[in-house]
Amino acid sequence: MELVLLLTIFILAIFVGFEIITKVPPTLHTPLMSGSNAISGISIIGALLAAGSQHNQVTTLLGFLAVFFATLNVVGGFMVTNRMLEMFKKKKG
Amino acid sequence: MNPIVTNLAYLLASVLFIFGLKGLTHPRTAVRGNRLGAFGMLIAIVVTLVDRNVMTYQWIIAGLALGTVIGAVMAVKIEMTAMPELVAVFNGFGGVASALVAGAELFRYAHGGTVEVPVTQFAIAAGASGLIGMVTFTGSMIAFIKLRGFAFSGNVKYPGDQVVKALFALACLALIVMIVGDPSGQYELYWYVMLVSAVLGVLVVIPIGGADMPVVITLLNSYSGLAAAATGFVLDNTVLIIAGSLVGASGIILTLIMCKAMNRSLNNVLFGTWGGDAMASVPGADEIYEGKIKATSAEEVAMMLDGLSSVIIVPGYGLAVAQAQHAVRDLANMLKANGTDVKYAIHPVAGRMPGHMNVLLAEADVPYDELVEMDLINPAFAQCDLAIVLGANDVVNPSAREDPTSPIAGMPILDVDYARTVVVIKRSLSPGFAGIPNPLFAKDNTLMFFGDAKQNMLDLIAAIKDA
Repeated sequence: MELVLLLTIFILAIFVGFEIITKVPPTLHTPLMSGSNAISGISIIGALLAAGSQHNQVTTLLGFLAVFFATLNVVGGFMVTNRMLEMFKKKKG
Repeated sequence: MNPIVTNLAYLLASVLFIFGLKGLTHPRTAVRGNRLGAFGMLIAIVVTLVDRNVMTYQWIIAGLALGTVIGAVMAVKIEMTAMPELVAVFNGFGGVASALVAGAELFRYAHGGTVEVPVTQFAIAAGASGLIGMVTFTGSMIAFIKLRGFAFSGNVKYPGDQVVKALFALACLALIVMIVGDPSGQYELYWYVMLVSAVLGVLVVIPIGGADMPVVITLLNSYSGLAAAATGFVLDNTVLIIAGSLVGASGIILTLIMCKAMNRSLNNVLFGTWGGDAMASVPGADEIYEGKIKATSAEEVAMMLDGLSSVIIVPGYGLAVAQAQHAVRDLANMLKANGTDVKYAIHPVAGRMPGHMNVLLAEADVPYDELVEMDLINPAFAQCDLAIVLGANDVVNPSAREDPTSPIAGMPILDVDYARTVVVIKRSLSPGFAGIPNPLFAKDNTLMFFGDAKQNMLDLIAAIKDA
């Protein structure tokens, strides 16, 4: 895809992020951090492609390490966020 | 699989991430929101696994299995009080993953692989990913070590540290420029980019004191998103760019909120010299406290609490350290059973990460609508019978409001000193992170209830039961 197109997506997504995140109440800021953190593990996609590309050993090794770290980030991040949010949910004021 | 189908699936994942974050705008919808985000991630992963470029699965399965097991164990085992450390660590892992992916791509290209984007863009984005990713990684690890209290808990300063940091940053940029000039020939310099950036991450975070960690974690959170976005420019992949920039925006917003709550600029937090000249004008602790401190006991506080109409509890980091959240909840329930209105006043930087107190009190089943933000609760202190300050210090220091020469002058604080009576639960008169005495402790309407936050709460509950 053309660079300008990618930059357009990048900038527009930042605006979307700003609009949504400013509406998150302070009480949920910790889950917001751990949840958005899990989303930043999206580089797992690149990691999977590298680890499975069978191009050469170095790429595979780097890919494997990246898959490991990104998975930790994604699985741990979403699970711990869920655990926190369940605590917020279970009671009514 | 058809690339169009793959890209549509990535688009769906991006939409789910946005809906997921939108869910986090209210406690009722938050659980669902987080699951939508996780579902989006699952879609993105599954679609990638069936991609035609994935030839072999053994390393993928190994990485997925190991990461899942360790990540799940960490997520289940972690104490709620240790959440800032955990977020820091996960953050770092996201950063290093992005840096490794960029390295793998660069290596693949240099050994005859094809790339989807113009080579210059490819190399610049890979360099950015390596730099930001590795700074995020080592910076987060240092933040983790500081938060756990293993080492470097103060602000580690040495002469000329700004120059050293600048040199490392410049070296890193120079290496990236050399790679961009000849990506297939100079790709091996990327390992040095990773190394130099790793050192840079350590150098940037190590001088920053423990109490400024909320800002550091939120900023690194933002960086981990930007590293993922940069990797998106390497791979020509829109879902990485969208997800990365959402996280980047989120981290920056939280960073700015934290800085505002401390009345400091981001620049001052990252590179500032806390203390310095401003500290010279601070009156000595003896001068402020001498002869004016009134200590109290569990029995006395129990008597005072009898029949009050409103009590405001102000939790701080001391509550987290003492794990006093359940004891506080029990006390609040007893007071409420007596007809007293109980609210919690939450300062934005109470604790070690944004929303830290809210999570701890939620763990103890305190309804979230009893937790009131600073701006909303401040007018209520004047009508409040009793304020209990529990392990908070600088965020209730009236010097910020009254003494223009104070190092914390202008920092928004909780106006607890306006309450009819203030009970401060604290181990000693030692200063908070700002290193300055707190005139609140010496006020006429303040009583000091010395001791551990949790133990004092338990004693207080016992005293109320006896009465």
